[in-house]
Amino acid sequence: MSDQPSLEVRDLVKHFPIHGGLLQRQTGAVQAVDGVSFAIRRGETLGLVGESGCGKSTVGKTVLKLLEPTSGQILIGGADVTHLSPRAMWPHRRRIQTVFQDPYSSLNPRLTAGTIVGEPLENFDIARGAEKEERAAALFQRVGLRREAMTRFTHEFSGGQRQRLGIAKALSVNPDVIVADEPVSALDVSVQAQVLNLLIDLQDEYRLAYLFISHDLAVMRHISHRIAVMYLGRIVELADKRALFSTPLHPYTEALLAAAPIPDPVRKRRGRVILKGDVPSPARPPSGCRFHTRCPYALPACRQDDPPLIEVAPGHHVACLRRPAGGDPVPLS
Amino acid sequence: MVAITDDTAAERAELPVMARWATAIRRNPTIAAGAVLLAVLVSLAILAPWLTVDPLKQATINRLRPPSERFWFGTDQFGRDIFARTLHGARVSLIVGLTVAAISGVIGLALGIVCGYFRRIDGIVMRIMDGIMAIPSILLAIALITLTRPGLAVVIIAIVIPEVPRVVRVVRSVVLSIRGQPYIDSAIAGGTRGFKLLARHVLPNTLAPLIVQATYICAAGMLIEAALSFLGAGVPPEIPSWGNIIAQGRNFFQIAPWTILIPGVFLALTVLAVNLMGDGLRDRLDPRLARRM
Repeated sequence: MSDQPSLEVRDLVKHFPIHGGLLQRQTGAVQAVDGVSFAIRRGETLGLVGESGCGKSTVGKTVLKLLEPTSGQILIGGADVTHLSPRAMWPHRRRIQTVFQDPYSSLNPRLTAGTIVGEPLENFDIARGAEKEERAAALFQRVGLRREAMTRFTHEFSGGQRQRLGIAKALSVNPDVIVADEPVSALDVSVQAQVLNLLIDLQDEYRLAYLFISHDLAVMRHISHRIAVMYLGRIVELADKRALFSTPLHPYTEALLAAAPIPDPVRKRRGRVILKGDVPSPARPPSGCRFHTRCPYALPACRQDDPPLIEVAPGHHVACLRRPAGGDPVPLS
Repeated sequence: MVAITDDTAAERAELPVMARWATAIRRNPTIAAGAVLLAVLVSLAILAPWLTVDPLKQATINRLRPPSERFWFGTDQFGRDIFARTLHGARVSLIVGLTVAAISGVIGLALGIVCGYFRRIDGIVMRIMDGIMAIPSILLAIALITLTRPGLAVVIIAIVIPEVPRVVRVVRSVVLSIRGQPYIDSAIAGGTRGFKLLARHVLPNTLAPLIVQATYICAAGMLIEAALSFLGAGVPPEIPSWGNIIAQGRNFFQIAPWTILIPGVFLALTVLAVNLMGDGLRDRLDPRLARRM
């Protein structure tokens, strides 16, 4: 049990059907997530990074079973929950919780903060009545809110406070995994740091596994242990944080890192890699390597051959034809 | 920020009751006007037996008297006091309007939530609703009443049936938009399910549009009841209703216009009062419109 990953995803696929024509037949599918695999151990943070529309939020929602996966496998603490009905999924929800992106719309405006945080406790029959109040109050204090705040409505809180509420709610059932979908992107930078540090402290305390979804590389660098880079529904590179930032192996990762501003006037900018064109539509992804239409180093073979995600160095996975396993890497420039 | 909310909440509580009412009226003059008018009409209807004489007492000697000190609103062709009949008629109208709004609101709310939430049932129920909406409500009512014994209950049922789909549509569309809200996903992820999810997270957010819709249905119900009574298909003639008072007076319209003008004015005022409240509530409960005021 202990060496079992808290959350494992194998070849996860989520396609959204497109209906068209007179009879509303299925005419295609948006391939939001197309074969994603990863595993997160206890106490570990896996960062999922990528630009808007790459499918990273869909991964989060599918893992939480808020969306029904098309195929693949989702294992929570070793238990396969992939195709469980909502009723059968329910007991597993205790082990996987979530913190949402938008602290404004992810909390019901008609409920008090105390009710929101205490709701999972009563749902899973963990505590009721006075005991529930007591535990909710303890959670409030743990995330840095005063217990008097329990009787307030959510619109009386600031963005950072609301996100603390969301975290308290997620913690209430003592989960193993927390899926955090852009939990700080709606917050001011100073508040971002506070919330991130709170998440890190909680992880140390409860050995939580985080699936941390963000487009912000600075945030990723702060909180993640390993980072997976997504492009058009696929993971193109997966590596330790240090390895990814120091030696990115996929051209897309390289471009992503080059685009991030460096808050240090002394350090020189990396060579700028500016990608041409737009992300192709996930309803009609390109043949071969999905990145070849924008890749500055694309080979003719990239048009036909879809590179698998392979381990090229210990713990460093990349999906690029120029980075074959064992063989000499074809230089990037 | 927390400190600021503390202050304003405290200030709000300290305001004297009268001042708070004054503020409420100044902010929502439409609702206030409608509410006052409706309150007057409702109290007249409730107090009718004590304020007036027997509305059914005939006195041929007093037939078709114009409004005077003794007969405030005049008398009809049987010498019955129109003031008494109008006030008693208000009871029928208000009972029909409120019951129709309440029953169609409850049924519509239940069906609307089911349709919006359980998508498999949605197609079937909504097609049935479309079918019901295609039936003209007055014709349906006349058909139902000819099939059964005329009475208040039949009138109410006959009006409720075609009004239900209107509520279902409103509630369903609100539920559909609430379903997409992240707080619903958040509640599901937190283990909330089934009836509790609907009752605690979906239902409270459908109430505002439902209340607005209910006021319009209340007004429409009163108008349809009057039309049915006018056509002789409504409440039995021994119960005075604005519709049948007007119907009985219409033969003498040219010599005794008060027999139809007075119940007509009352009907118009009641519908106006309810619609004013509906309009005011719509503006008040819709944040986009409320901000503009």
